[in-house]
Amino acid sequence: MGVKRHLLSTADLLLDDALLVLDTADRMARVADAPVRKLPTLRGRTVVNLFFEDSTRTRTSFEVAAKRLSADVINFSARGSSVSKGESLKDTAQTLEAMGADAVVCRHSASGAPHRLASWVRGSVVNAGDGTHEHPTQALLDAFTIRRRLGRVDGLAVTIVGDVLHSRVARSNIWLLTTLGAQVTVVAPPTLLPLGIDGWPVGVSYDLDAVLPKSDVVMMLRVQRERMSAAFFPSEREYSRRYGLDADRAALMPEHALVMHPGPMVRGMEIASSVADSPRSTVVDQVANGVSVRMAVLYLLLGGGTDRETT
Amino acid sequence: MAAAAQGDPARNTPGNMPGATSRPHAEDPDGPVDVVGRTSDDDSVAGPRGRADRPGLSRTVLSAADMNRVVSRMAHQVLEKTSGGDGVLLLGIPTRGVPLAQRLARRVAAVEGVNLPVGSLDPTMYRDDLRLRGVRPLEVTEIPECGVDGMVVILVDDVLYSGRTVRAALDALSAYGRPRAVQLAVLVDRGHRELPIRADYVGKNMPTSRRESVAVRLREVDGADAVLIVSADAL
Repeated sequence: MGVKRHLLSTADLLLDDALLVLDTADRMARVADAPVRKLPTLRGRTVVNLFFEDSTRTRTSFEVAAKRLSADVINFSARGSSVSKGESLKDTAQTLEAMGADAVVCRHSASGAPHRLASWVRGSVVNAGDGTHEHPTQALLDAFTIRRRLGRVDGLAVTIVGDVLHSRVARSNIWLLTTLGAQVTVVAPPTLLPLGIDGWPVGVSYDLDAVLPKSDVVMMLRVQRERMSAAFFPSEREYSRRYGLDADRAALMPEHALVMHPGPMVRGMEIASSVADSPRSTVVDQVANGVSVRMAVLYLLLGGGTDRETT
Repeated sequence: MAAAAQGDPARNTPGNMPGATSRPHAEDPDGPVDVVGRTSDDDSVAGPRGRADRPGLSRTVLSAADMNRVVSRMAHQVLEKTSGGDGVLLLGIPTRGVPLAQRLARRVAAVEGVNLPVGSLDPTMYRDDLRLRGVRPLEVTEIPECGVDGMVVILVDDVLYSGRTVRAALDALSAYGRPRAVQLAVLVDRGHRELPIRADYVGKNMPTSRRESVAVRLREVDGADAVLIVSADAL
């Protein structure tokens, strides 16, 4: 599993694989410094961006990454399809197969869709977010950002705040950061924590103020209204007052501590503008690092021979 | 491949990357030069030290003292050919080309008192054999502040073999600018070129059989200086 042929989840990523991706991303980041920011490495390869959900930022990031490696990119927007999901995904897979896609970058609102896709196509599948399950490249770019800013991930205290229940970013980060040796704590209203969180390798707290002074990294999650089918907290004001990161709360953090957000941010809700724009915020770094990490993933999955060639 | 493993000569295939190999330090149409008697497709190859240093399998072609003299001579040749090192930039090809480039620069400084800029250039992503061999971990590219535009760039590597690494390095270089000239310095030229490439400065011409491996050991990477020829027949 792991970076072998598909990147579907960070839960099955071994420490060596994770470090290989981060080290490779380090090298890729240097390409951005060169006058010619393009490498011939994936010339003649086709990467299909298959997005069943809106995501300008992730799709663009993958597109830039693939193009910097000279791959051909096809954006396949499958939104608004009226066919029932299981069937349409398989039909789409067969279409992509016929078009000779070497890699499929898939985002889907159904958890597990990329796993199904991986069993139908011969190329590599990269999970770009599936339902409330995982978003591995986001976690990798978060880990990469932490490592660049603080020099390491091992031994750091990372606090993930907010809508853990609906957050694939949180899930991917919990597995990856734990593999990399960080201590992860989640802070959220009880209604926004998944059942069975006791079985996860994380600490749980409901009191943000108590956790902040002990955190090296605070990762704020967006409150995902679009995935909420019921009332999970009384009001936005109350959520913001208890779990939002405003300037007063940020002052409780150690001086070196980072504030991260996967974007898009809801300013004034989970994070105050003054905090999002402060020097300790990595929001802009995360976007730039996303391209480097996705280049690393595409290079490691596609740089060598593909099954198409070796079989 | 942990960060801690960087520069470890014995590092090997990352467990989960099929066909991935440690980045060989020289051209290697038949497998990494520093891995004796195996091709890089073999995931179980041992690091270079364990096998090559076993007595009876390898012979030393250059000792530490020989290597010292060879590098001195190359430094003099660089100064002669470039009129005192004017506008020269040394770019080592990782892994072992980088310390070699630094040694050349130190020797040039000792002889003529000029400090040549030194950097590194990783050609991995420009290689034409990634599809055949699988991906390799990337190495560092570090272009000094002077840049490459208008400079006389001297690429430095330990072993010149097929010429494919140098071909890739020439491509990589063009992404960083347009040098006035590009030259090539290698510690060992072992022959068997597959491309029309030759070196401007050669430490030692070493006719070899394709069945043999040339292993360059450097103090900075391997703890000691030596050049060995390892015979595949001895295995």
